[in-house]
Amino acid sequence: MTLLSVKNLRVTFDTEAGLVEAVRGVSFSLGRERLGIVGESGSGKTMTGRSVLRLIRPPGKITADQMEFDGIDLMRASEKQMRALRGPRIAMVMQDPKYSLNPVMKVGAQLMEGLRQRDRVSKAEARSKAIAALEAVQIRDPERVLEAYPHELSGGMGQRVMIAMMLIPNPDLLIADEPTSALDVTVQAEVLSILDNLVKTRGMGLIFISHDLRLVARFCDRVLVMYKGRVVEELAAKDLLHAKHPYTQGLLNCLPRIGGSRDPLPSLDRNAAWAN
Amino acid sequence: MALIEIDNLSVTFTAQGRQVRAVQNVSLNVNAQESFGLVGESGSGKSTILRAICGLAPISGGSIRINGKAIATPRGKAFSRQVQMVFQDPYASLHPRHTIDRTLSEPLAIHGLPGTDQRITKALTDVGLPTNFRFRYPHQLSGGQRQRVAIARALMLEPEILLLDEPTSALDASVQAETLNLLSRLRAERGLTFLMVSHDLAVIDHMCDRILVMQHGRAVEELSRDALAHAEMKTDYARSLFAASADRMLEG
Repeated sequence: MTLLSVKNLRVTFDTEAGLVEAVRGVSFSLGRERLGIVGESGSGKTMTGRSVLRLIRPPGKITADQMEFDGIDLMRASEKQMRALRGPRIAMVMQDPKYSLNPVMKVGAQLMEGLRQRDRVSKAEARSKAIAALEAVQIRDPERVLEAYPHELSGGMGQRVMIAMMLIPNPDLLIADEPTSALDVTVQAEVLSILDNLVKTRGMGLIFISHDLRLVARFCDRVLVMYKGRVVEELAAKDLLHAKHPYTQGLLNCLPRIGGSRDPLPSLDRNAAWAN
Repeated sequence: MALIEIDNLSVTFTAQGRQVRAVQNVSLNVNAQESFGLVGESGSGKSTILRAICGLAPISGGSIRINGKAIATPRGKAFSRQVQMVFQDPYASLHPRHTIDRTLSEPLAIHGLPGTDQRITKALTDVGLPTNFRFRYPHQLSGGQRQRVAIARALMLEPEILLLDEPTSALDASVQAETLNLLSRLRAERGLTFLMVSHDLAVIDHMCDRILVMQHGRAVEELSRDALAHAEMKTDYARSLFAASADRMLEG
């Protein structure tokens, strides 16, 4: 079943220097599966993720032939309808917990805010739900974390708090924008297995945005490779090692490997023609 | 004799009456023109060792010798001629309101070195930046370009030793490759000695001859590059770090 379908998505910014097209005609569809979007910075992968939630501020403009989520036309939905979708149905985990959590509010209050305001549950119930959410992301001492301010948590903990927060309303689609780039390898593996588990047990759709092609390949079912606002290749994660497009191959080969050769790493060939 | 000798180094921070032992009795030796890697998760004390060498963290025990001589406290001009550091985050380590020209010329002015003009042009060319970047501000550069400026700045005084604190972890995979290639090239051309910190075992493996794995402020295991490639680690922690490195899983 298709959860989200996007056809010919374009995001343009009307700047003083002229029209900048951040996303140029991206199409994809997503069921209850894990879709990876990979590319370098500036390839438009974050903008694609944000467009789904219509979280692009003027002067940015979104146009698409079709952008439909579970039968709802996202292009025509009113701002009020969009607000009802953001959070309960489509949630987004941002890259850096340092900038995305409110620094002057305790974690517990931030987790409970949505429950109290949106779902109008009692204080005690909100608290128990918040604790359950923290346990779901394998935080061992949720009581302490509830009473902590974001600066008192490590990067990995902060990232898990954000994931917990996004999962409380049980969304159908989770957009994770570089959720592990700020984390250590060991913590990264933990956060990924938490996300993986949640996708499996809750039957969510997941859009996983990253610049690390190997990571995405290991974790997703399908991968879109973006370059300069366009999708240059779409392929199943298991076929990634047989990628045909030179840009995809470049992204794969530019990472060092353990036990690999000491020669200079192949630098990425950026051919402007691929963007047309 | 090793160029950098660290014996039983301990670093203890006191915060609100509580003592945090960030580094506990770590010893290591780095030979001249060698590239040595420190690897471990955040909070393992790997960056603190680099900061202690530079005098940015309080040494509570042990000693650091460079070229056989104990380093002076406070670190003087001679130290900065010999040792320079490249920090993790190029967004934070360059002064946002100084032009690249000013950032690069400051060490020359402090040390009274002549030929500022040629040196800056050469430094920019050496790290692969166009010379017309000289009068730009950091916000006009991309992350990878900024890290190149940070490397150029560290090399202005032509030091022998470069301390690299996660030089590529804030960069994209493709830009990381370019920056690592640049560092390898500069090391080969100038005979530099690297002491490099990273949480990415693959990066450390690519860049370093010997590796020290750290956890909770302690040294866990020292590995040669061959031992790492053949997964011949003796401790469980080093093995789990090895297992978590993403690329292993793809092939496995």
